[in-house]
Amino acid sequence: MRAAFFATVLLAPLAAQVTVIQNGTVHTVTRGTFKGSIVIRDGKIAEVGEKVMTPAGARVVDATGKHVIPGIIDAHTHIALDSINESSVSVSSMVNVAEMLNPESVSIYQALAGGVTVCNSMHGSANSIGGQNVVFKMRWGADARGLIFDKAKPSLKMALGENPKRQGSPQGLQIPGLQSPQNLRYPGTRLGVEDVIRDAFTRARAYQREWKDYEARKARGEKLLPPRRDLELEPLVEVLEGRRLIHAHCYRADEILMLIRVFDDFNIKGVTFQHVLEGYKVAKEIAERGHYASTFSDWWSYKVEAYDAIPYNAAIMHRKGVLVSLNSDDAGGAELMRRLNTEAAKVVKYGGLSEDEALAMITINPAKQLAIDPWVGSIETGKDADLVIYDKHPLSSYAKAEKVFIDGKQYFDRDEDMSRRPKFEAEKEGLHKKLLDQQKQAMPQNRRPS
Amino acid sequence: MRTIRCLVFAALCLAARAGENNSFLLRNATVHPVSGPVIPNASVLVVDGKIAEIGPKIAPKGKIRIVEARGLHVYPGMIDSGSPVGLAEIASVRETVDTGEIGDFNPQLRALIAVNPSSEHIPVVRANGITSVLVTPGTTGGGRGSASGGLIAGQASLAHLDGWTWEEMEIRRSAAMQMTWPAIQMPRGRGGDLEALLQGLGVRRTTFAEARRNQQQQVQKIQDFFDAARRYQKAKAAGEAIQTDLRYEAMIPVLEGKQPLMITAVREREIREALEFAAREKLRIVLAGVRRPGKALEEIAKRNIPVVLGTTFATPLEEDDPYDDPFTLPARLHQAGVKFCFASFGVQFARNLPYQAAQAVPFGLPYDEALKSVTLNAAQVWGIDSEYGSIEKGKFADLIVTDGDPLEIRTQVKMMFIKGAPVDLESKHTRLYKRYMARP
Repeated sequence: MRAAFFATVLLAPLAAQVTVIQNGTVHTVTRGTFKGSIVIRDGKIAEVGEKVMTPAGARVVDATGKHVIPGIIDAHTHIALDSINESSVSVSSMVNVAEMLNPESVSIYQALAGGVTVCNSMHGSANSIGGQNVVFKMRWGADARGLIFDKAKPSLKMALGENPKRQGSPQGLQIPGLQSPQNLRYPGTRLGVEDVIRDAFTRARAYQREWKDYEARKARGEKLLPPRRDLELEPLVEVLEGRRLIHAHCYRADEILMLIRVFDDFNIKGVTFQHVLEGYKVAKEIAERGHYASTFSDWWSYKVEAYDAIPYNAAIMHRKGVLVSLNSDDAGGAELMRRLNTEAAKVVKYGGLSEDEALAMITINPAKQLAIDPWVGSIETGKDADLVIYDKHPLSSYAKAEKVFIDGKQYFDRDEDMSRRPKFEAEKEGLHKKLLDQQKQAMPQNRRPS
Repeated sequence: MRTIRCLVFAALCLAARAGENNSFLLRNATVHPVSGPVIPNASVLVVDGKIAEIGPKIAPKGKIRIVEARGLHVYPGMIDSGSPVGLAEIASVRETVDTGEIGDFNPQLRALIAVNPSSEHIPVVRANGITSVLVTPGTTGGGRGSASGGLIAGQASLAHLDGWTWEEMEIRRSAAMQMTWPAIQMPRGRGGDLEALLQGLGVRRTTFAEARRNQQQQVQKIQDFFDAARRYQKAKAAGEAIQTDLRYEAMIPVLEGKQPLMITAVREREIREALEFAAREKLRIVLAGVRRPGKALEEIAKRNIPVVLGTTFATPLEEDDPYDDPFTLPARLHQAGVKFCFASFGVQFARNLPYQAAQAVPFGLPYDEALKSVTLNAAQVWGIDSEYGSIEKGKFADLIVTDGDPLEIRTQVKMMFIKGAPVDLESKHTRLYKRYMARP
């Protein structure tokens, strides 16, 4: 009885929850660009086209003169994490940043206001094999569990080059008294980085075999103890079995090629090379194996391994057959994240890609890399209604996001944000005043006789 | 057509390298003088590096080179009002970085003399339409309140982004004195500073009172230094026999108000203190890195102090600031009547200067002001507007030719002229692009 009551209460608003974004320039990314409308029902895109039926009672959002794109997806961030690096070990696959997800981080709102609806927030790059990552939607206001995009395939961070080497370098971070050559952490060279990775997957294979043997013998009716669970190797076994993705931080062409060959040996597929600033030098090899690349638009020269980075990287890799996305690598604030739309414009500038190819690099391509493309990344019937309305062409320097929808719900509205400001300002001033008054009252008691 | 134009331009560049050509007639372009209305379908005559004439029809006189620019746009070259371009190559490698000298007071240091004309950054930055930069000796100014290079970092120099030597790049060797107003913050310290180490490890937290005391000590140091420089100046003027002190010598143009003192002051408190100090000392100042001026904005406007804004590509300094706070700041300055220009305050992203100006436009800054903030306003702030910053008769021909609005990322810069000489737009980046696109 009670359950039935709740069901009707819940269902009633759901039925009415139809929104129609009307008469905008719709950039579907996968199905072309046209003047048209989008019908959102139950959080999904119910219909999209030049002419759609607007159901009676639907909320109509007029997008005349405006541009609608799929929610932007950032395949590489570290936002909303209270802790990023477990750097004490060379292989930290047992840790998961999802446990550190902070739903109150204002970076979520900043990203949202910049048109981002999904991000991959990752473990850092201190280890050759790092921790587990979390994919979440910018459902500002939800708790940590409510943010997580649970359909996303689990993934693991890896890192090559200068960062994982740093802890092993006598010239690296030196805190007198705290670090001595005795407690330097292996590896200290790119050679050692390969060894750590190869060794870890070799151990993972043995561990996998141990469990398979156990299962087989158990199935035959033998009575025996199960192998000891190994939380470091379990995620690696998932990688070997294609149940967990890899995002590998890398810079130089040599190390990218090295990792491709290690993955060849362990039959690991569909890896996303992150940063991959010299990916353009080995684009052929990346494309041959069907691996992916997620890069910066124009970062370079901030360290030695970024000195050959060029803004044409994305265009070259794309032209040579690599699926490419553009990311922010934001940690703390969502600075670059919230302007990925104009970051995409840079592949038009540097390398002459088309506007659709550019938009794909911040929507459908990162969706494919995170294996969430069945649900997000383009404006197609049946996909989640994650949509952004811009006042101008999203690749223009002058565009700003006005409304952002996630699962059909409007999470950002610039007008609402603006109209809330005076109230917030007054509230803040009130609190300041209260604090000052309290301090004033407290003062005489603190004063001592002179 | 495009290839031909490129070839012609490449030939021009080669000719310029030989040092023979800084006169030409550019035809059929839309000219954006910045100082006045747009002139469609116009020509620009450049003679000996200077703009001789702008008009709808200019007949070629004698054997002048013709630059065909049909369908293209001409703008003044952009000016980055603060970047250590040429002083820093790879940020993480100290050996390649010459900013942030040791010591609190280094007014005698001159940025220009260490500018590496072969830096790979120079062609990369200019390829996006930036013809000159205020090269800063300090690493400060990024707008996050952090400072390195002491309180007075040295003399910032205006330099062209082309030249065989730094002398050839020079516009003004001592365009401004770079200084940082201390902020209330965690104590600064280098490697061996125990306090900084403890802070970094989170073992000890500075109380506000301590931080405030540290800051006041820094301010007092500044006052003492200026007082000493003032005494030196007076003694020298009185003809007293004093030993030459290069630091105080360098301060004289500042004390006389001849050289602007560019003071980085991020928040309201520092800005107010800097303004009061400048008024007391009767200095000509330019504020830099302003992020959270609060009510000091009215004061900046009232005193007619120009401002160098850092990048708009930033998140708000405080969590509860509006999300678009860095985007609306330029518009707020403009509405208050403050003259400002933009600086990249960095090397890596200096080429994005035009885009950081553009970012303010959808958030209230009129487009024309955005364009001025990277051209004419900058020239005015640094006192070179009689020669640079706009397309006007008599000014040097620092020009860019584009296929559209240079503040839009998708726009391509097709040609560049510095003092009338064509400049190569190739860089390490275009070279690697061509090389690896051609990899079989």
